[in-house]
Amino acid sequence: MKNLREVAQVIRSKNSSPMKLTLDIIFKDREVFEEVRRRELLTPELVAGAYQISPEEIEKVLYFEPARAVKIGMRRRVRSGSPGDTDVYGAQQHAPLLGLELDL
Amino acid sequence: MPREYKILSPTAILGYGFPESSFLKGLEEGPDLIAVDAGSTDPGPYYLGSGKPFTDRVGVKSDLRTMLTHGVRRGIPVVIGTAGGSGARPHLEWCRGLIEEIAREEDLSFRLGLAYADVDPEVVLAGLRSGKVQALDGLEDPTDEQVRSCPHIVAQMGNEPLQALAREGCQVILAGRCYDPACFAALPILEGHDVALATHLGKILECAAIAATPGSGSDSVLGILRQDSFELRALSPERRFTPQSTAAHTLYEKSDPCHLPGPGGSLDLTGVSFTDLGEGRVEVRGTRFVPTPRYAVKLEAARPVGFRTLSIAGIRDPILIGSIRKVAGQVKARVDELLRRESVTGEVFFHMYGLNGVMGDLERDDSGTSHELGLVMEVLAPTQEQANTICSLTRSTFLHYGYEGRIATAGNLAFPFSPSDVPMGPTFEFCLYHLMEVADPEALFIREIVNLDGARVTPGKEVRS
Repeated sequence: MKNLREVAQVIRSKNSSPMKLTLDIIFKDREVFEEVRRRELLTPELVAGAYQISPEEIEKVLYFEPARAVKIGMRRRVRSGSPGDTDVYGAQQHAPLLGLELDL
Repeated sequence: MPREYKILSPTAILGYGFPESSFLKGLEEGPDLIAVDAGSTDPGPYYLGSGKPFTDRVGVKSDLRTMLTHGVRRGIPVVIGTAGGSGARPHLEWCRGLIEEIAREEDLSFRLGLAYADVDPEVVLAGLRSGKVQALDGLEDPTDEQVRSCPHIVAQMGNEPLQALAREGCQVILAGRCYDPACFAALPILEGHDVALATHLGKILECAAIAATPGSGSDSVLGILRQDSFELRALSPERRFTPQSTAAHTLYEKSDPCHLPGPGGSLDLTGVSFTDLGEGRVEVRGTRFVPTPRYAVKLEAARPVGFRTLSIAGIRDPILIGSIRKVAGQVKARVDELLRRESVTGEVFFHMYGLNGVMGDLERDDSGTSHELGLVMEVLAPTQEQANTICSLTRSTFLHYGYEGRIATAGNLAFPFSPSDVPMGPTFEFCLYHLMEVADPEALFIREIVNLDGARVTPGKEVRS
C-alpha cells in the first residue's frame, strides 16, 4: 500500500460549476498513473470512503493521459456562495484525499 | 493558408496586474491581438446579482491603460471578455466608463464596440416552458417568480457578436458575459484560423501564466496560432511552459478534461499532443471541434435571497471548546425561541474554524483538539434590520450563555473588533446555470458602437442584427 501523497504531485479541489466540485490528482510518475488506470485503483467507492459519504455523491472518475491525471466529479451539498456554504471557490475540499492508501 | 497569428494575454483576470516588462516583451513579438478575460463565476453569486465588480477599479484601470495605450497606438485590436467580472449591463457600463476615462486622459481615438450579454427574463421563461432551456449539473429549474426576481440574467456569448463588431471596424471590443476563450478566438477565426485550435488556445490564454510553471495569475504570455498547431510562450524569464504544465492546466476547473463544452459545440481533446519545443515553449496539436446539433449558450443568474449580517469572535476556554457543538445548538435554540416571540424570521449559521469551518458537514476530523476556535456567526433574514436584530441577539446570547461546567463567567467570546457586527447587504443564490438553445447566436446579443476621440464620446445605437 502507498499513501497517495507519495505518488501524487498535485492533489486539489475546485468548483467546476456552482453545483459541482472537481477533485484532481496528478501523478508524479507515468507508470504509476498507468497502473492506477489499468487496475482501476481509484474508484468512486474509495473516494466516497475517504469523505465518508455515499458513492452516489461521487459522479465520475476520468483519466487524462497527457497530464498523468485523474479527475473526480463530486456534487456540492450547498451551491457555491449560497447561505451556509463554507467554501465559495471549493478550493479547500481536498484534504480527505491526502489520507488515501492505494494498493500499489 | 492563414498566416501565423500572435495573441498577447497580459493577465488572467483584468485587474490582477502584470509586470510591464513581460507585456513589453510580448509587444516586441508584434502581436495581432491583445485580449483579456475579465470575469468568472468563481467569486460566487453576489457579484452577478448585485451588478458589482469583484475586481478593484484602480487595478482594472491600470491594466486597461497599459493595454489600450500600446494597443491603440500600434493599431493592435484589444478585446476584453466578461466586463466587470460578471458581464451584466452594469458591469459593462462600469468598464466602459473606465475606457472612456483612459481615452480622455491619454488622448486616444478609436472605435469601441460593445456587446451586451443580458437576456430578457421572458425569453428564459419561454425557453423553460418549451424545453429549450435545460438545467446543468442537477440544478433544479427556478420558478417564474424566481427568474423574474433576478436583477441580471446573462448568457455566455460565443465568437459571433465579437466578430460582428470586428467586421464593423471596432479596434477595441468590450464584451459582457462571454465564453472565456471567445475574446481570444473570435478574431483569428474570422481571419480563417481553425476553430478548434483557436478555441483551445483561448482556453489556455484566458488564464495567462497560470498554465506555465511556476504558475502566475498576474503575468503575460504569448500564444501563436499556426495552420495545424499552436505554440505557447512565457514572457518573463522565470517562467516556462512545459508539456506537463500545459496539459495539467487543461484539467483546471473542468469536469471532463477531454470534452470541453462551449457555445455551439465542444472541444474534443482525446487526440491532443503537447510537445516541448525547448526554451520554455510548448506546441499543441490535435484538438478537434465537434459542433452540437443545436447551438446553445449557457445562462447565468443569481436571485436575491435576503440580507446577511456577520459577527466574528474567538473562543479560548477549553471547557467551552470541549462542548462547543452542544453549546452552539443550545444558543441557537434560545435565539429561535426569542425570535418566535417577536415574529422575526431568519436563519443562523455558525462557522466554527478549528472544528469544521472549512468543510462543514463533510468534515470527519472532529477530534476537537484545537486550543482555540474562530467563530463566524452568519445570519440571513428578509431585511437588513431583521438580520441585524438576529445577529445582535445571537451574539449577546452566545457571549453570556451559562453552559454546563462554565467557570469563566465574565463572557464566552473574544471579539477582535468594535463594532462586533457587520451588515453585509443583500445576499444572492445562483438560480440559473442552464443551457439555452438559440436560433441566431449573433442576434441574441445587443451591440453598440461608440466613437471615442480623446474626450469626445459619440455613442451609437443599440442594435441586434
